[in-house]
Amino acid sequence: MSVTERDPVSGFATTGHDWNGIKELNSPIPRVVVWFLAVTHVYAVIAWVLFPTWPLGQTYTKGLLGGDQQQAVAADIAAATAARADWMSALATQDFDSLRADSDLMARALATAEPLFGQNCQVCHGAGGTGGPGFPRLNDGIWLWGGTAEEIETTLRFGINSPHADTRFAQMPAFGRDGLLPRPDILALTEYVLTLGNGVIPGDTSAAATLFQDNCAGCHGEDAKGLEGTGAPDLTDADWIYGGDAVTIRQTLLAGRQGVMPAWQGRLAEAELRMMALYIESLADKGAKDAQ
Amino acid sequence: MIAKLTRTERHLGLLLSICLALLGLTMAALGKHDPMAVHGFIALALGLTLVFAVGGVLEEPAPDPARLQRYYDDPIKVGIVLAMVWGVFAMGVGLWVAALMVWPEATFGQPWSGYGRLRPVHTTGVIFAFGGNALIATSFHVMQRTCRARLADQLSPWFVLIGYNLFLVWAVTGYFMGVTQSKEYAEPEWYADLWLVVVWLVYLVLYLRTLKRRAEPHIYVANWYYLAFIVVVAMLHVVNAAALPVSWVGAKSYSAFSGVQDAMVQWWYGHNAVAFFMTSGFLGMLYYYLPVRAQRPIFSYRLSIISFWGITFFYLWVGSHHLHYTALPTWVQNLGMTFSVMLLVPSWASAGNALATLNGAWHRVGDDATLRFMFVAAVFYGLSTFEGSFLAIRPVNALSHYTDWTVGHVHSGALGWLAMVTFGAFYSVIPQICGRTAMHSARLVEWHFWLALAGLLTYVFALWNAGITQGLMWRTYNAAGTLNYSFIDSMEAMRPYYIARVIGGALFLAGICVGAVNIWLTVRGARGAAADVPLAPQAAE
Repeated sequence: MSVTERDPVSGFATTGHDWNGIKELNSPIPRVVVWFLAVTHVYAVIAWVLFPTWPLGQTYTKGLLGGDQQQAVAADIAAATAARADWMSALATQDFDSLRADSDLMARALATAEPLFGQNCQVCHGAGGTGGPGFPRLNDGIWLWGGTAEEIETTLRFGINSPHADTRFAQMPAFGRDGLLPRPDILALTEYVLTLGNGVIPGDTSAAATLFQDNCAGCHGEDAKGLEGTGAPDLTDADWIYGGDAVTIRQTLLAGRQGVMPAWQGRLAEAELRMMALYIESLADKGAKDAQ
Repeated sequence: MIAKLTRTERHLGLLLSICLALLGLTMAALGKHDPMAVHGFIALALGLTLVFAVGGVLEEPAPDPARLQRYYDDPIKVGIVLAMVWGVFAMGVGLWVAALMVWPEATFGQPWSGYGRLRPVHTTGVIFAFGGNALIATSFHVMQRTCRARLADQLSPWFVLIGYNLFLVWAVTGYFMGVTQSKEYAEPEWYADLWLVVVWLVYLVLYLRTLKRRAEPHIYVANWYYLAFIVVVAMLHVVNAAALPVSWVGAKSYSAFSGVQDAMVQWWYGHNAVAFFMTSGFLGMLYYYLPVRAQRPIFSYRLSIISFWGITFFYLWVGSHHLHYTALPTWVQNLGMTFSVMLLVPSWASAGNALATLNGAWHRVGDDATLRFMFVAAVFYGLSTFEGSFLAIRPVNALSHYTDWTVGHVHSGALGWLAMVTFGAFYSVIPQICGRTAMHSARLVEWHFWLALAGLLTYVFALWNAGITQGLMWRTYNAAGTLNYSFIDSMEAMRPYYIARVIGGALFLAGICVGAVNIWLTVRGARGAAADVPLAPQAAE
C-alpha cells in the first residue's frame, strides 16, 4: 500500500501513506519555519541567561540582569512618590486658605481627587456627588455638617456614626418603634412635615405644630431649617436624603435614621484626605454652574 | 438503535444501568438535603430510563452479523445531536451573561441566575459540553475511518457518551444550585470529578483497542492529537481536582492545594485545558476533515511532526503566564513566558500546514461553506495562538491583564477556532453517516457560515477595543502625575463595546440555531448507513 505518487499541484511526492483517501506530501520543512523556530529558541536561551528562570532545588537561576517584580514595583512606587513629594507634603501640612490661594497646587489636587472620588465615594454619593436615596447630595451647596473644606475634612476623617472615637454623631430617633410618640401623633407630624415647604408659620398653635416644636425643633430648629453642625437637615427645602413623600417621611418617623459615613483616616493618606475635602468643597460651585 | 447491540452487550448494558440507578439511589438517600441528593435523583432517573430502554429489547434476536462489515456510527450521530443541543443552550446562556454586563439587573433577582452561577454554566457548556461531545463524536468517526476498522465494541462508546453527559448535567445543575470548587474550568465537585475519571479511562481504552484493530500500517496524525487530548486531559484533571470532601454524603470539598501553589496548579490545568481540550482535540478534527473536504493531501508530513511534538511539549510549561504580576515568583513567570514564545512556531506550523493544504483547492473554499468554516477556523487558530504568545510576554500582559482583551482572546479561540472547525466537521460527517450526499440544505449552511463569521468578528473586535481601552485608561496619568481615571470611568467607557458584544453573540447564536435545525433535518431524513466500509473484515466481538 506504500505507493509514492507525485502531487500535480505542488510537485511534491507523497509519503506513500494513505488513510481512507488522506495522503501526505513529503515536502521539506519551509525555510521560514526553521528560521522562526531558531529565533524563538535563541530568544528563550538569552532570556534564561539574563533573567531568573530555572528552578534549582531550593533556589533558582538568578540571571545576569536579575530582576524581581516585587522590587521593581516597590522602586516604581518610591519614584512616583518622590516625584509628587513636594506638592503632596504641602497638601498634607498647609492650611486650607493658603492651599486655595495656590492655583497650581489646586489644579493638581483637584485633578488627583476626582478619580479618588470615583474609586472611594462615588459608589454611595453618585458620579460628581449627585447623591442617592440615603446618601446626601454633595453638589448642591446644602450641607448637614458644613461645606467648608475644614468641616468636610473632619467629616471625611472621622466619619458620621462611624466606629471612630471622634466620629460625628447624629441620629434621627425611631419615634414609632421606640414608643416615643403614639401612632396618631406620628401621622399628624407626617402631614405637618409635608406642609413645611412653605416654612413654619410663626405663632402656629395647632396640635401638629406644637408636636413639632416639642419633639423636633431641638435638632431641626424652631424654623425647621435644620441646625448646621448637628447633622439635622433643613425640612423646608426640596432637598431630601431619604425622600420627601408621605410614606418615606412616616417611615423616617417610625423607624428613625442612622446613616453611616465611614471614617477615612487611615484608608486615605493625609494629603489625599485634604485634597478630597477641597474637591468636595468645589463640587457645590460646580453643581451650581451645571444648574445654570 | 439498542437492538443493534449484541445480547451480551445488552445484558452488560442492563447491569450497568441498574448499577447507575443504585448509585443514584444511594446518593439521593445519603445526600438528604444536600445538592448531592438532587444529583442522585438525576442519576437514578437516567439509570431507570436506561433499564427500561435496554430491558425492553433484551431478548430481541441477535443483530445481523453483517454489521461487523460496516462502521458503527450510531453513537456519532447521537453525540453530534447532543453537542448541538448543548451548544444552543450554552451559547444562549453566554448571550445572557453578556447582556448582564450591559443590564446587570436582568437576573430576576434569583440566586440561580446570578452572574457568578451563570458564567460557569456558559464556560462549561461551551467548552466541555458542546466541545467535548463534538470531540467524542468526531473521534469515534476519525478513529474508525483512519484505522479502516470498526469500533472495538458497541457498548463502551455508549458508556462514554452517556457517562460524559451525566457528568455535564451534574456540573451544570450543580452551578445553578451553587455547587462549585471555585476552580476556573474545573468547577464540578468531587463525585462528578471521580465519575469523569471512570468515563475517561473507558474512553482511552476504547480508543486504544480500536487503534489496535486498525487495518492501516500507520497511525494517522489526527489520532495522535485525539490521544494527546485524552491522555493529557486525564493527567490534568486528576492532579487539579485533587480534593478532600468535607463529608462523603455532601457536595462540598476542599482542594489539596492552597495559596500560590493552588494558583499555579489551577493555571497549569487551566492553560492546558485550552491546550489539550480546545487545541489538540480540535486539531485532530481539522487534520481529518480539512484534507477530506478539500480533497488535497496534507501539505507537509514533517510539519505535522514538528507541530504535534512542539505543541505537546511546550504547552505544558506555559500555564504560569496567566499569573504574571501576581504572588507567583518572578522566575516561574519568566520561564512560562519564554516557553510561550517558543510555542508560537509549532502552533503556527499547524495553522500553516492546514492553510497550505488548501493550495489547489481554493475554488472549493469559495464554493463550499463547510470547507470555508474550516478555513476560517485555521486562520483564527493562527491568530489566537499568536495573540496567546503575545499576551504571555510580561510587558504586554501588563496592559492586557484583567482587561476584556483576555475575554476577547479566549473567544477568538472558542468562536473562531473551536466552534468553526466543529461546524465544518459536523457538516462533513453528518451527511456521510446518514447515507446522504449532502446536508438537508446547503443554503442554511451558507446562512450559518455568514451569521457565525459576522458574530465572531463583531465580538472579537468589540472586546479587543474594550480591553485595550480599559488597559490604557487604567494606566493614564494626568498632568499632576496621578491616575487620571477611576475604575468606574473605565466601566462607563465599556458600555458601547459590551452592547456590540451582545449583538455579536446574538448573531453567533442565531447561526448555531440555524445549524441545529439543518442537522436535525438531515439526521431525520437519514437514508441508511454510511456507504464506506472498514478495510478488513473484523473478527467476531
